[in-house]
Amino acid sequence: MKFGVIVFPGSNCDHDAWFAVNHNLGQRAEFIWHDSATLGDIDAVILPGGFAYGDYLRCGAIAKFSPVMAAVRKFAADGGLVLGICNGFQILVEAGLLPGALMRNRNLKFICREVRLRTETLDSPFTDAAEPGQILRLPIAHGEGCYVADERTLDELEAEDRVAFRYLDNPNGSMRDIAGILNAGRNVLGLMPHPERATEPLMGSSDGLVIFQSMVMAAQPAALQL
Amino acid sequence: MSTFAITPDLVAQHQITEPEYRKIVEILGREPNYTELGVFSVMWSEHCSYKSSRLHLRKLPTRGKLVVQGPGENAGIIDVGGGYVIAFKIESHNHPSFIEPFQGAATGVGGILRDIFTMGARPIAVLDSLRFGPLDDAQAGPRNRRILAGVVAGIAHYGNCFGVPTVGGECIFEPCYNGNPLVNVFALGVAKKEDIFYASAAGVGNPVIYVGAKTGRDGIHGASMASAEFTEESKQKRPNVQVGDPFLEKLLLEACLEAMQTGAIVAIQDMGAAGLTCSTCEMGSRGGTGIEIELDRVPQRETGMTPYEIMLSESQERMLLVAERGKEDEVFRVFRKWGLDAVTIGAVTADGLLRVRQHGAVVAEIPNRELADEAPVYDRPHTAGESACPTTSRGRAGERAIPNVHDALMALLGSADICSKRYIWEQYDYMVRTNTIAGPGADAAVVRIKENGVSVAMSLDGNSRYCYLSPRAGAQLAVAECCRNLATVGAQPVAATNCLNFGNPERPEIMGQLVEAIEGMSEACRFFETPITGGNVSLYNETLGEGIWPTPVIGIVGLMQTAAPVTRDFKTPGRSIMLLGGIGECDEVHFGGTQYAKVVLNELWGLPPALDMDYEKRVHDAMREIVAADLAESAHDVSDGGLAVAAAECCQGGVGAALDFESDLSPEFLLFHEGPSRILIATASPDAVAEIAARHGVAALRAGITMNDRLVIGNRGTARISVTIGSLRATYEGSLEKQLCP
Repeated sequence: MKFGVIVFPGSNCDHDAWFAVNHNLGQRAEFIWHDSATLGDIDAVILPGGFAYGDYLRCGAIAKFSPVMAAVRKFAADGGLVLGICNGFQILVEAGLLPGALMRNRNLKFICREVRLRTETLDSPFTDAAEPGQILRLPIAHGEGCYVADERTLDELEAEDRVAFRYLDNPNGSMRDIAGILNAGRNVLGLMPHPERATEPLMGSSDGLVIFQSMVMAAQPAALQL
Repeated sequence: MSTFAITPDLVAQHQITEPEYRKIVEILGREPNYTELGVFSVMWSEHCSYKSSRLHLRKLPTRGKLVVQGPGENAGIIDVGGGYVIAFKIESHNHPSFIEPFQGAATGVGGILRDIFTMGARPIAVLDSLRFGPLDDAQAGPRNRRILAGVVAGIAHYGNCFGVPTVGGECIFEPCYNGNPLVNVFALGVAKKEDIFYASAAGVGNPVIYVGAKTGRDGIHGASMASAEFTEESKQKRPNVQVGDPFLEKLLLEACLEAMQTGAIVAIQDMGAAGLTCSTCEMGSRGGTGIEIELDRVPQRETGMTPYEIMLSESQERMLLVAERGKEDEVFRVFRKWGLDAVTIGAVTADGLLRVRQHGAVVAEIPNRELADEAPVYDRPHTAGESACPTTSRGRAGERAIPNVHDALMALLGSADICSKRYIWEQYDYMVRTNTIAGPGADAAVVRIKENGVSVAMSLDGNSRYCYLSPRAGAQLAVAECCRNLATVGAQPVAATNCLNFGNPERPEIMGQLVEAIEGMSEACRFFETPITGGNVSLYNETLGEGIWPTPVIGIVGLMQTAAPVTRDFKTPGRSIMLLGGIGECDEVHFGGTQYAKVVLNELWGLPPALDMDYEKRVHDAMREIVAADLAESAHDVSDGGLAVAAAECCQGGVGAALDFESDLSPEFLLFHEGPSRILIATASPDAVAEIAARHGVAALRAGITMNDRLVIGNRGTARISVTIGSLRATYEGSLEKQLCP
């Protein structure tokens, strides 16, 4: 299976995602420069963490205008798997591919630490390899990760089983402890924690692998057995 | 040429002495013009020329079998095997951080990162050594808290956005830093050995290319500012502090590394202190060439800038490079891709001169070598550095009340120097690039190099209390502790970098501290085989005549095979605890510099702990062998706060311990003395650990056993301390935030 990792000016977890896929997942990943009009022959897209365009404005507010985002929109509309991590989540929200917004952390500070997430749904191509309610230990590293949406949107997300992960100890003030959400088509996932940073024991946790393995199973059921 | 009149007043304003001015006239064969005077004043400032310290810095060891590049370049370089090298250096940004904490610290990070990637190395780790005035100081407390908050936010802002993990450091508080906080930033990068780049211009006719941010009026005379004491007027110098743009720096990093791959780049140097002036004349001087530039071509942010302003601007995120003639377009193509300005502003010449033109007319013409390398060197008078402290405690040992050691432990554990710095380091992304295998809070930070299976361990150390009592012994103890930190995680120290923070060198007693500290550091670095491959000297750390205590900070890097590192916390109940190195010696004189003396007695006297370097080294060798044999389940070095504090720190993971010693030392000496050469180890194989220790000729005391719920420490069967783990954790973890937000 081939993952495309989008590189915006200012992306800085692009290489981490690339390494996690190539070395720890045993699949292939390649970089896609932000001004590409097309994505090439890939099976899934990762929007990595970082500070696209410096994020001096609202996070992701400029990245959504990058030429590559039109291709990402089309890819998502066609049912392709899109994973937005941290800054990637912020960009997906700004681009309108996911609802809500990400505001500054409750304590107004950048927070880097390991947190625990509860897997809220197995009904998605990002979580179907997980156990029901599986607890994942993943790092967060963000200043603007407080998930906010109006009550109706939050109710809708819950009613449609689109909350993928919740924090056990909410670190940033996110409404209803939301750490990651799915789009209506369930093929786009955005989450603030970094699964790519938890893909081998040396990093202190391999719990992030289950998200990538789920994607492989969904996109290429045969690939995992190879 | 400019006709601005050069008066003695103007010369004095540039902090150029009369003899220095005569030397300038001699070099030029005429009077300098205004621009040239400015150029000399920054290049010959203390900050750029090391004129007070250079004579003594020569005493430092700089060679070793792994050293690829020693002092004199943008960073030192060490061979780490498998065709890879690491580049690293520490630098201060003290003065700017006092004037504008957020931007001062941010641009400190930016500056040292450029020093690393200008050599072709991708930065993979940053550590910070910070000093502030006490957070609860009656007068300066609120300001100290504001400075700390600003500095930490500034470091986080720059490092997080740039994408380099901030993996460790230290943070210490003393009243002497009330008006003079210290911000020392260490950065380390990795490169292929054949891809190292140097800042040495070559090839007459090759284009000189300017890349990155436009030049503005910010930071003019920053280097000179860092070479003077603070006065009330210093606060007016705020415009001298530059503003950092980490996003631009990230683009600059990627573009430079990519441009280096084209093979078209001959030399490259960042524009840091003294900006365009420093980068042109140093590249020319190193290469023995001249450089001619036309200022009209320099991208400018403001209109009407004079040659003086353009040459002295310290605008951030700029690089200067020399490309091979005819291949410029390959370089321009890469920078265009990353959306960066890159323009040819001049060329390499054969005449050895820095020639600066504006509108075609020559506005400055100075020989590169004399400007960059022939700054005056001063052998400033220095006294032996007698300590100003009493030799004994006010309340002599025999007369002091019998201490409540439980309360003393809790006071120490919650004191600002010792307590957990989580509040600070959780604001740093310490994991980005997924190489961090031991992060903040560990004895040494460990970052793996993915390409060759080797990991780099790093530690920064400096103890100004010890150095105030004895600069020589204090500097040696810092080197010893740094090497011990590396040994504790299993790494072999290989090289060092230093940042020497001192007061006004024109005062003989301050100069004496500097000389003593350099000599002490030299002896220790020679002994521990850690050559100094570069560093930084920061003098004039004084405000209103009040100098800081001598604060030499050492950063040492070590190497180890990549594996899960040994960490501090006790992991499993029922393990044997061993004190490698033994209880050590202590008497009244050597107790006066301890944290106990500071926190519990509010005193400072005598001498720092005694160090036996030979014994220390054997402890390190034994420790590395214990780690290599996979015998240590946890390990932690005994330092600030002594044995009791070290044990309490090991309990932070939730597993406690019962310890008992056989010692004739008084309770406070036994529990809190800071004698070096000691490491607390938890092991399932005490006999094997003892065997290794015995072979190295060092003690390995069986001190007790790990257990649930409590820490109990006794002497000859009598418990002196018994405390719950919950209580230890609450005090250790909660203290800093309480002090910052009272």
